[in-house]
Amino acid sequence: MTDVSVPKLIQGNQACSYGAIAAGCRFFAGYPITPSTEIAETMALELPKYGGKFIQMEDEIASISAIIGASIAGSKAMTATSGPGFSLMQENLGYAYMAEVPCVVINVMRGGPSTGLPTKVSQADVMQANWGAHGDYYPIVLSPSSVSECFDITVRAFNLSERYRCPVIILSDEVIGHMREMVSLPDFSSVEMIERQRPNVPPEWYKHFLITHDFTSPMASFGEGYRFHLTGLTHDEFGLPTSDNIEIAKKLGKLKLKIERHLSDISQVNTYKIEDAHIVILAYGSVARAARQAVLLSRKKRFKAGLFQPITLWPFPDRQLRQISRKADLIVVAELNQGQIINEVRRVCKSHSKVVGLNRYDGELITPEQILEKIKEEHR
Amino acid sequence: MQKSDVTHQYLRHTMEFPNVWCPGCGIGIVLGAFIRAVDRLHISKDDLALVSGIGCTARIPAYVDFNTLHTTHGRPIAFATGVKLANPKLKVVVISGDGDILAIGGNHFIHACRRNIDITVVVVNNYIYGMTGGQYSPTTPMGKRASTAPYLTVEPPFDTCNLAISSGATFVARSTVYHATQLSSLIEKALVKKGFSVVEAMSNCHTQYGRLNREGTAVRMIQAFKNVAVPVSTAAKLSPEKLEGKIVIGVLHDIERPEYIEHYQKIIDRLQLPKMADKEEKE
Repeated sequence: MTDVSVPKLIQGNQACSYGAIAAGCRFFAGYPITPSTEIAETMALELPKYGGKFIQMEDEIASISAIIGASIAGSKAMTATSGPGFSLMQENLGYAYMAEVPCVVINVMRGGPSTGLPTKVSQADVMQANWGAHGDYYPIVLSPSSVSECFDITVRAFNLSERYRCPVIILSDEVIGHMREMVSLPDFSSVEMIERQRPNVPPEWYKHFLITHDFTSPMASFGEGYRFHLTGLTHDEFGLPTSDNIEIAKKLGKLKLKIERHLSDISQVNTYKIEDAHIVILAYGSVARAARQAVLLSRKKRFKAGLFQPITLWPFPDRQLRQISRKADLIVVAELNQGQIINEVRRVCKSHSKVVGLNRYDGELITPEQILEKIKEEHR
Repeated sequence: MQKSDVTHQYLRHTMEFPNVWCPGCGIGIVLGAFIRAVDRLHISKDDLALVSGIGCTARIPAYVDFNTLHTTHGRPIAFATGVKLANPKLKVVVISGDGDILAIGGNHFIHACRRNIDITVVVVNNYIYGMTGGQYSPTTPMGKRASTAPYLTVEPPFDTCNLAISSGATFVARSTVYHATQLSSLIEKALVKKGFSVVEAMSNCHTQYGRLNREGTAVRMIQAFKNVAVPVSTAAKLSPEKLEGKIVIGVLHDIERPEYIEHYQKIIDRLQLPKMADKEEKE
C-alpha cells in the first residue's frame, strides 16, 4: 500500500498509476513498451493490493480489448503504451467511442514514425490522438507536464471518461514519464471520484444508449440484470444494429454533442503571467516546463511574455485561446514535432496574431533559451 | 412445436427477423445447440455474457437475450478476457467463425488457451469467409477453390482442436451440425468445465464454399458430415491414412490445470491479509 503521508520521489509513470488507483481503476491490461512500461509494472505491483487485477496481454490490441471488456463488466479500466502500441490500439479505440465505453489510455510519446526513438522524447502523436481511428468521433485528450500533474490528470481522465462514457487519452511523453520529482500524493480516499451514471429504470425499460437532455446515457454493467447488446455497428438507443438513416444521424450526432455541449467542463488550460502578455508561448507536456522558464527569461529582457498551456489538447481550447490571442501580437507554438498543434492555433487566431512555430524533432527537448531566441527573432 | 419453444425463450424479440443467415445455414443449428445446452444447465440469462467478433457466426449475439457483445474482427477472446476478469461470476462464452478466431484472432486464441482462463469458445468452422464472399480461411483444406484461391488453395489448414490442445486448453471437443444433439451436449460439457474450453462446430456454407467447390445444397453438405464423421473411440483404432479426410467428433481432450482467475485471486487474497491484520492491530 502506498504511504501517502510523506513526499516521495517518484516518476511521472508511477504517478499515473497511483492516480489511476486513486480514481478507482481496478483493472489494467497492458503490453511492455518503452517508455511506458513502468505504468504496467506499478499496476502489476499495486492493483492486487486494492483487490484489482492486472494482466499482461499478448499485444496492445488485446490490451485495449480487455480493458473495454472489463469496463463493460463494471470495472474502471486502463491501459498504457507508446507510439507503436498506440497505433495498434486505434481500431478498438474507435470501438470504445462507438459503443460508448469508458476507459483510459495513456500514450507516453516517443519519437516516430515506426519504431523511431524508443528512449527519446517526442510530441508527434498529437494529431493521431485526435484522428487515429476511422470515422467521426470526438476524443478527449489530456497532457500532463509534471509528475504531480500526472497524478491529477489521470484522476481527471477517469472522471471525464465515466462522466461522458468515452475513452480518455492521456498524452504523456518520455521526459514526463521518466522524470522524477518530489510529490506529496493526496490521501486516495480524499480524491474526487466521479462514477458512471446508473440506470434508474427497470430492466425492461432500459436503453443502453438513451439520448438524454445532455446527451450522456446511464450505463448498466453486464451481469446486473439489464441485458443489452453492444456492437461496433451503428446502432439504435437499445444498441441493436441499424441502417436506418434517421437512427444513424441520431447516433453520430450524439457522439458529437455529448462532448460539444460540455466543453466548459472538459476544457482545461493553465496559464502563467498571461494577464499583460503581448507575447504568448503556447506549449504543453514537457515543453511547457521550458516555456515557463522562457517566460521569466523573456521578462528579464523586457518582453511581456506569458504561457498558455492547454491541459486538454482535444477538444482544442478554442475559446480560451481566442480570448488570450486578442491581446497577443505574437504567439510562439513550441512543440516536439514538425508542427501539429500550431495548425489549430492558426485556425483559432486567424489573422489577429502572428503565429510562429518552434519545432524540434531530434529527440531532444526545447530549451528556454531557444524559446527566447525565437521571441527575439520574431518580435519586431 | 414444444421443443422449439425452448429456443424462442432465449431470442431477442426486438431484433428484426428473418435473420442475416442464408436459408439452410448451419449457424442456426449451432445457435440452437448452444441455447439448449444453456437451458439444460439452467444458467440465468443475466449470468451469461456472449461475445463474438466479426463475420456470419459473429452475428449470433444480437439475436439472443443475454449480455451480448459484438466486438471487432478477431478480438472477441481478448474482450471476453476483460469481461471475465472484471466479473468472474459471469459465464463467458465466445462464439465466432474460423476466420475470426484462427486468422486475425489466432494470437488471442492460443494465448487464452495457454492462460487457461475460464471461458468457453465455440468455433463455427465452415472453411470459408462467408460474409465477405467466399475467401479462403486458415481452415480451408488444400486444393479447394475460394474467391481468393481461383487456382485452388496452396496453404495447409490449421486443425482447430489440435491447436487448442497443444496451446493448453483444458477441454477440447468437436462435432458437426449434422450431429446437433451431440454438439449441444459437448457445448454443455464445455460450459461446465472450469478452465478454457473449446468446441469446434463443423458447419456448412453452401452459399460460398459449397458453390465454389461443387459440394451441392445445404442438405447435401450437412449429410456429408454424417459420412466423414468418426467418433473419437473409433478414430483411436484407425491408422492416420484411414483418418485422412475424416472429421473426428466427440471429446478430444479433457484435463485439469489451475484456472487463471482462481490462481490470481489467491494472490489478491494473500495481499489483502496484511491490511486486515493492520486494522485488527489498531483496534
